[in-house]
Amino acid sequence: MEKTLPKIEIIEKYCKGCHICVEFCPKDVLEMKGFYASVKNLEACIKCMQCELRCPDFAIKVITE
Amino acid sequence: MAFDYDKWIRPGKLPHIWCPGCGHGIVMKGLIRAMETLKLKKEETAVVSGIGCASRLPGYIDCCTLHTAHGRAAAFATGVKMAKPEMNVILVGGDGDGTAIGGNHFIHACRRNIDMTYIIMNNYIYGMTGGQFSPCTPTGHKASTTPYGNPDPGFDIAKLAIGAGATFVARGTAFHANQIDKLIVEAIQHKGFSVVEILDDCPTTYGRRNKYKSVIEMMNRLKEVAVPVKAAEKMTAEQLQGKVLTGVLYRDDTKPEYTAEYAKVIERASAAK
Repeated sequence: MEKTLPKIEIIEKYCKGCHICVEFCPKDVLEMKGFYASVKNLEACIKCMQCELRCPDFAIKVITE
Repeated sequence: MAFDYDKWIRPGKLPHIWCPGCGHGIVMKGLIRAMETLKLKKEETAVVSGIGCASRLPGYIDCCTLHTAHGRAAAFATGVKMAKPEMNVILVGGDGDGTAIGGNHFIHACRRNIDMTYIIMNNYIYGMTGGQFSPCTPTGHKASTTPYGNPDPGFDIAKLAIGAGATFVARGTAFHANQIDKLIVEAIQHKGFSVVEILDDCPTTYGRRNKYKSVIEMMNRLKEVAVPVKAAEKMTAEQLQGKVLTGVLYRDDTKPEYTAEYAKVIERASAAK
């Protein structure tokens, strides 16, 4: 089965740069780019939604089909 | 599919005022997921709070909300519930608001067993007012008013609630985000006074004074200290030293609920005329 990749949307207007999503991503998908979180390696994403769940600022959306 | 939080948030209110890494946002997301799971109607749900960082929460949620005097969330919420017993009344607040200034309201709401859900975000400190120690600050920890260490032992909110007569008591942490909405769902479904204590982090006024280098360190601490109730049954007292139990800690479905009992009083009084 072909792996479908999700779309990770980061709303920079809401992001406060707390690092929670980057640190607790089990697959190291995210990184800090300057002040905000950004996607580093989307291929590795397993859609566990941990970043979306733990983002205190409503700044991450993991959109899966 | 990404969860649609926007449905429950007042338009234009985000970004919220909480500091970077503050767990209150995680708890708010948990509350929104719980309300969505239960398919609560906005016009039949009231979120009531007192004063404090955590008490800013109702300002963001799009349903009936009430932001009241410091510590008086339980008193105002009791009024709402008595006037409209069909409302789902949810109280939110911090540890200082709930157990110090509102300590009396809290224990008496527990004693009455009125059908409300109280979510206490315990970050061990008064964040908004400048980091004074709260009744939940652990012994020896530093706050702006205890720079050489807090001499007082801290409150155990869950034990206090059980002792005061609450019929559903649960505890979660901001790290275990997945569990928060499940606990809140159970608490709202329970007929009677439910207390959900969420252990939280305050990186700005508590973390910095207590040698936590980052938000991540505080989150990892929550991860380490939390032990689920079931896992704790198999552990020795020694292993449980310094740990905090999480999950549903107490449940009693037999105690009569206050608004139902009060309706009977009204009936008896009307019949006596």
